Amino acid sequence: MSSPEQWTHPEPGVGPAATAAAPTAEQVIAGLRATSEGGPELVQLLTPEGERVPNPEWDRYVADITADDLRGLYRDMVLTRRIDREGNALQRQGQLGIWVPLLGQEAAQIGAGRALKPQDMAFPSYREHGVAWCKDVAPSDLLGIFRGTDHGSWDPIAKRFHLYTIVIGNQVLNAAGYAMGQRFEGKVGDDDGEATMVFFGDGATSQGDVHEGFVWASVYDAPLVFFCQNNQWAISEPTERQSRLPLYQRARGYGFPGIRVDGNDVLATLAVSRWALSECRHGNGPVLIEAFTYRMDAHTTTDDPSRYRLTDELEAWKLKDPIERVRVHLVRHEQADKEFFDSVQAESDQLAAELREFCVNMPDPPKERIFSQVYEDGNPVLAAQRDTYLSYASGFEGGDH
Amino acid sequence: MATPVMNQEPGAAAAQTRTVTLGKSLNLGLRAAMEADPKVIVMGEDVGKLGGVFRITDGLQKDFGEQRVLDTPLAESGIVGTAVGLAIRGFRPVCEIQFDGFIFPAFDQIVSQVAKLHFRSQGKIKVPMVIRVPFGGGIGAVEHHSESPESYFAHTAGLKVVSCSNAVDAYWMIQQAIRCDDPVLFFEPKRRYYEKAELDVDATPDPLFASRVLRQGSAATLVSYGPSVKTCLESAVAAAEEGTELEVIDLRTLSPLDLTPVFESVRRTGHLVVVSEAPSESSLASEIAARVQEECFYSLEAPVLRVTGFDTPYPPSKLEEDFLPDLDRVLDAVDRSLGW
Repeated sequence: MSSPEQWTHPEPGVGPAATAAAPTAEQVIAGLRATSEGGPELVQLLTPEGERVPNPEWDRYVADITADDLRGLYRDMVLTRRIDREGNALQRQGQLGIWVPLLGQEAAQIGAGRALKPQDMAFPSYREHGVAWCKDVAPSDLLGIFRGTDHGSWDPIAKRFHLYTIVIGNQVLNAAGYAMGQRFEGKVGDDDGEATMVFFGDGATSQGDVHEGFVWASVYDAPLVFFCQNNQWAISEPTERQSRLPLYQRARGYGFPGIRVDGNDVLATLAVSRWALSECRHGNGPVLIEAFTYRMDAHTTTDDPSRYRLTDELEAWKLKDPIERVRVHLVRHEQADKEFFDSVQAESDQLAAELREFCVNMPDPPKERIFSQVYEDGNPVLAAQRDTYLSYASGFEGGDH
Repeated sequence: MATPVMNQEPGAAAAQTRTVTLGKSLNLGLRAAMEADPKVIVMGEDVGKLGGVFRITDGLQKDFGEQRVLDTPLAESGIVGTAVGLAIRGFRPVCEIQFDGFIFPAFDQIVSQVAKLHFRSQGKIKVPMVIRVPFGGGIGAVEHHSESPESYFAHTAGLKVVSCSNAVDAYWMIQQAIRCDDPVLFFEPKRRYYEKAELDVDATPDPLFASRVLRQGSAATLVSYGPSVKTCLESAVAAAEEGTELEVIDLRTLSPLDLTPVFESVRRTGHLVVVSEAPSESSLASEIAARVQEECFYSLEAPVLRVTGFDTPYPPSKLEEDFLPDLDRVLDAVDRSLGW
């Protein structure tokens, strides 16, 4: 596993490409799909049972991770999950119009997010609440989008965390351009170099913008990590509907390394992300990471997964829970005690309570907000329309309308 | 004031002026903008070594290097989508879409990201980019090379849309568009690329988002933009020979519209004909007609008439003379308005 050729070379003996992603007969009978298994090239450092498996290729990228660090990653994931569950509950109680759950993808997002350095830029899709957490975006700043009070309220420049992008795949091109800019400014080439990481899902890999992003980033040697969270489902469509090949193998056609990591393994995701970002900041980008994970909840709160997937599949993935394996590892190696777990639990409950309190007290935006900041330099035609409407609307104030 | 070519007396040009084509004027304007601001970069298909298929970017890569004049891969969404990222990073990208009919792969990025990022971020993200589009017909081209898609973009909040009609405006407007902190769609009248004018680079230009009266008249008002402006001026000359003085207004800015000069004119003339190559249905011409009847209802002595392309896909080029508004169709509309 030393050359890009090896990163991306399909394993011999897995059958022709056209059928590589199809389930075996046994899996069909079991109600499972081939994508329930990550395949022989899956990078894993922590098994679902919490066993640390040595890996000569990847251990070095997490050799500095102490027990304290591992507890930190555990805490990140627990808090992220708690934020996510609170968001879901707030939607169910009518406080949010919609919520986009990340349940099951905590390790992928925390592993990637904690690999980012302060100077690195991140371009999220709309499910990256865990990456937002790592980028120090307040969880309450995520709520406005889903409550309908704003389209994203954090400062994307200061946080180096772009606003959520809802149109599938658009952000991949935006990130490629940003990374090109990092290179044009001479900010790559050493340990202090900058890199960009862009997040998208398995469904997005079918978008033209993602393919164009692969082309642009590669021909301009952009320091860009493509971080694809393959959570197996694009709403109701399985990954087989997007690709004949395992997604990470697509990178080969564009001329850069692609690698598949166990996206439910926070340690492996951290290792692979650190490597990929390091490659980029030293001028060897781009890199594609396919984080093999599972969306354990619905696509959004409007979705009903029971219409398109079997609960057996979910049950199988529950056994690979990203948080549980770290907890087991910490317990088994006596790196955390009950007091620690209780304190994280208490902290998460406190965070959720604060989030709830914030949410229910969010004011509706003023009518002026409709017209606000459409342009940087203003627009007299729009200003006149605003004045006319606000004058009209003021006629209703205090009335029964 | 930078006076457009049409009203200029031969020989009136001062010593510092030079005769340039509209295309060359754009080239000079781009060069001036790149010299003034190192963050200005040009990107598009064939804009580097070749200088663009119309040579608008001729010589720029040679002088500013491959990191400021990018021959991009052939994908319009990629051009615009990466330009968004570069703009977020602090660059001021000037994208060239090779032909009007090729802009549609970029439509998603333009509408979903370019237009909305400032609003979405409430001003925390600025997208100071220019998308140059050679547009309109009249060059005998194959399909997709003669279209007038400007109304799509004027309809999209968050974008500014302008079109130059002459070489003097071309020089100033491209620089002003690049300096603008909002995204600007810049429509260039490709069949007028070789029209010449006297350019004085030391003059003070008009503001970018302002319409201008190019010719004064009292009988009726002609409003147009881009390639049809010349058609209107020629129509006015022909009408004057028959004793009818037409006022001609060059819109220059399509979004936001600057209709104040139009309202003032229509209040005097009582007659308005809007001329554009684009199909008329849901078009800028329709928008102008609606706004004028709202503002000038009691001044109008006839309905606002539109002389436009037909509501069809652009025809095979052997038929484009029929499709494009010409002097006769403009004057026919003037006659119908005056005879109402």
